[in-house]
Amino acid sequence: MKILEFLLNAMAIGVTFLYGSTGEIITEKAGHLNLGIPGIMGVGAASGCAMLHVLVKANSLPPWLIVVLTVLATLAGGALMGLIYSFLAVTLRSNQNVTGLAMTIFGTGVTKYVFSLLQKDDAIYIRALPHFRFPFGNSTSSLQYCGILVFLGIAIAIAASVILMKTRIGLHLRAVGENPATADAAGINVTLYKYVATVIGSAVAAVGGLFYVMDYAGSPEAYLTIEAMGWLSVALVIFSLWRPYISIFGSFVFGALFILGSYLPSFGFTISMAASNLIKTLPYVVTVIVLIITSIRNRRENQPPASLGVSYFREDR
Amino acid sequence: MKQRKHNEQAHEPLVHITKNAAMPFWKSSLIRVAAVVLAFLFCSLLAAVLINAKPVEFLQEFLKGNFGTNPMSANLRIWNLVKDTAILLCIALAVTPAFRMRFWNIGAEGQVLVSALASAAVVFYFGKYFDNVSSGWLLLLMLIASIAAGMIWAIIPAIFKALWNTNETLFTLMMNYVATFFVAYCLVKWTPDGSSVLGELKAGYLPRVGHDYLLLVLIILITTVFMFVYLYYSKHGYEISVVGESQRTACYIGINVKKVIVRTMALSGALCGLTGFLLVSALDHSVTTTSVGGRGFTAIIVSWLAKFNPFLMIISAFLLVFLSKGASQLATTFRVSFAFPDIVTGIVIFFVIGCEFFIRYKVHFRFARKRAGAREAAGAAAGTQGAPGELPAEAEGKAAVIPDKGGKLK
Repeated sequence: MKILEFLLNAMAIGVTFLYGSTGEIITEKAGHLNLGIPGIMGVGAASGCAMLHVLVKANSLPPWLIVVLTVLATLAGGALMGLIYSFLAVTLRSNQNVTGLAMTIFGTGVTKYVFSLLQKDDAIYIRALPHFRFPFGNSTSSLQYCGILVFLGIAIAIAASVILMKTRIGLHLRAVGENPATADAAGINVTLYKYVATVIGSAVAAVGGLFYVMDYAGSPEAYLTIEAMGWLSVALVIFSLWRPYISIFGSFVFGALFILGSYLPSFGFTISMAASNLIKTLPYVVTVIVLIITSIRNRRENQPPASLGVSYFREDR
Repeated sequence: MKQRKHNEQAHEPLVHITKNAAMPFWKSSLIRVAAVVLAFLFCSLLAAVLINAKPVEFLQEFLKGNFGTNPMSANLRIWNLVKDTAILLCIALAVTPAFRMRFWNIGAEGQVLVSALASAAVVFYFGKYFDNVSSGWLLLLMLIASIAAGMIWAIIPAIFKALWNTNETLFTLMMNYVATFFVAYCLVKWTPDGSSVLGELKAGYLPRVGHDYLLLVLIILITTVFMFVYLYYSKHGYEISVVGESQRTACYIGINVKKVIVRTMALSGALCGLTGFLLVSALDHSVTTTSVGGRGFTAIIVSWLAKFNPFLMIISAFLLVFLSKGASQLATTFRVSFAFPDIVTGIVIFFVIGCEFFIRYKVHFRFARKRAGAREAAGAAAGTQGAPGELPAEAEGKAAVIPDKGGKLK
């Protein structure tokens, strides 16, 4: 029974990473390393929660509409951040690493600012929580974490996989990420693809932030730890070798490693406070190991998109 | 005449971008200053809308936060400004050599943190054997431990990069978190009560010269000069530039690329180690998981804004610290979130990043081009498309690929 609790919990926390990494994969497939994901997830959570505050005050809406509108606000917040990033990195061709880091500084700032403005009224969250955890909103086991947003996350990851690998749009997107000059010559609108991929990717990642704060943690205080979630999502992209369907499995592994420390005692292992900190490094260490193994094996299909991190300027030779 | 008509019918984009020739320093500086001023105006507008701060008050608070006196301790705030600028500058100096060879080390956060931990560990375990709080031998031991820790943390990703081309951006990023949890682990081990708060260490204080922070600032200034000379006037610095521009060229002229990568990252790590040592011995006298507090990431932006030039980094580090201090003061006075400085910093960085575009590229609009085209057509019989001077500009931009210290090849 304990094992089942653990697995369900791992799956739920993993979905935070799943949203983030699916979004980042879509962005990276267009050749853009967006290191702003932590900030974007934060802004997503902030805009979603701000919307929730407004809606709960109105107090006459059906629950499903509250959930849908909150998610839409989150998507909008993430998309806006994606637009800022795209304008700087695609149109103005600025350095992607620096732009991404600036997005993270700016995004976490906005997140903290917005959450400090929202009154610390936990009642709003507690009342809205069961709707977000539909259909297991009233469960008391770990099953309660596996609400509608978990399924949405998995569905988005599968859809992203299919679109990337099986459709013409996906082919074009991958072409833009591998060699934008060739894609341009083939008549693909490189700028448009980069913009759309980044904006959609950011919007998807933003939902991860909302899920973490509103659904998994269920407390407005959770925004303080969201930055680490964002970086882990970026790590998961490498772990899953730029494939969203592997990311579903990978997010599960990351989730399990992430909560392992707090579950070990209930499995009968005694660990000290100090050692639990070492266990928390596991997701990062595993990522590094995967990174090293893929680089040593050097298989062509497991490499990042060839033009990742390089701005495209048509007249460059 | 007929040809012109044909040209007008052909699809011509509304805006057309070309590469700029190398811009004179004063002109590019002017654009950057203009960007900062614009960003500042934008932020004051934002403050007016968000927190009802009048632009005059906005400026006042910024100056008060940086140059005023602290009501609590009667300390001049300017010393805090100088101290924070120096620390940020030191981390920026550390990441710079790696960046100049296009090694995206975003792990300065972790590298500084482990070296601060190493310093604290030396004091924690050996501090009791020295009776003088600023014993030279203890300080030396701390410095060595710090530098060693920083170097180890930096060399691990460098070795994998050199041998198998493992992605360094993500590797160093992951090392940050390993460092954070490692510090958390040690803190729990060191505090028997389980509070994880180390408290102020009893020994290992950098001696006080003139002012509390004067020695720290002097050390970092000397490091700045050293790095400038190292990067611009030494064989190592030249090799770094060549590896950064083109690894193939480096191989061709007989530079051992792997050696350069590992050596440069070792230097980066050593400088991070120096910063960690200074943090513990001169400022905090303790270590926590947030000792570095995101400055490892901010330093990357400092270094990039200064185009990896150590002296210009003094300006960019000052700018970022100035912004964050001023905005903090604003946030305190107007009782808004402590996160306000992050927003202001982010916006200013966006503006400065964005303005680089106008230094590197030239934008031609369709209507402007038509006017120019008409003028040209009036001069010469055949109307040539495209603004004059376009091709040479691009050629010049490409010619700059070989680094400037061409004479130092031997």
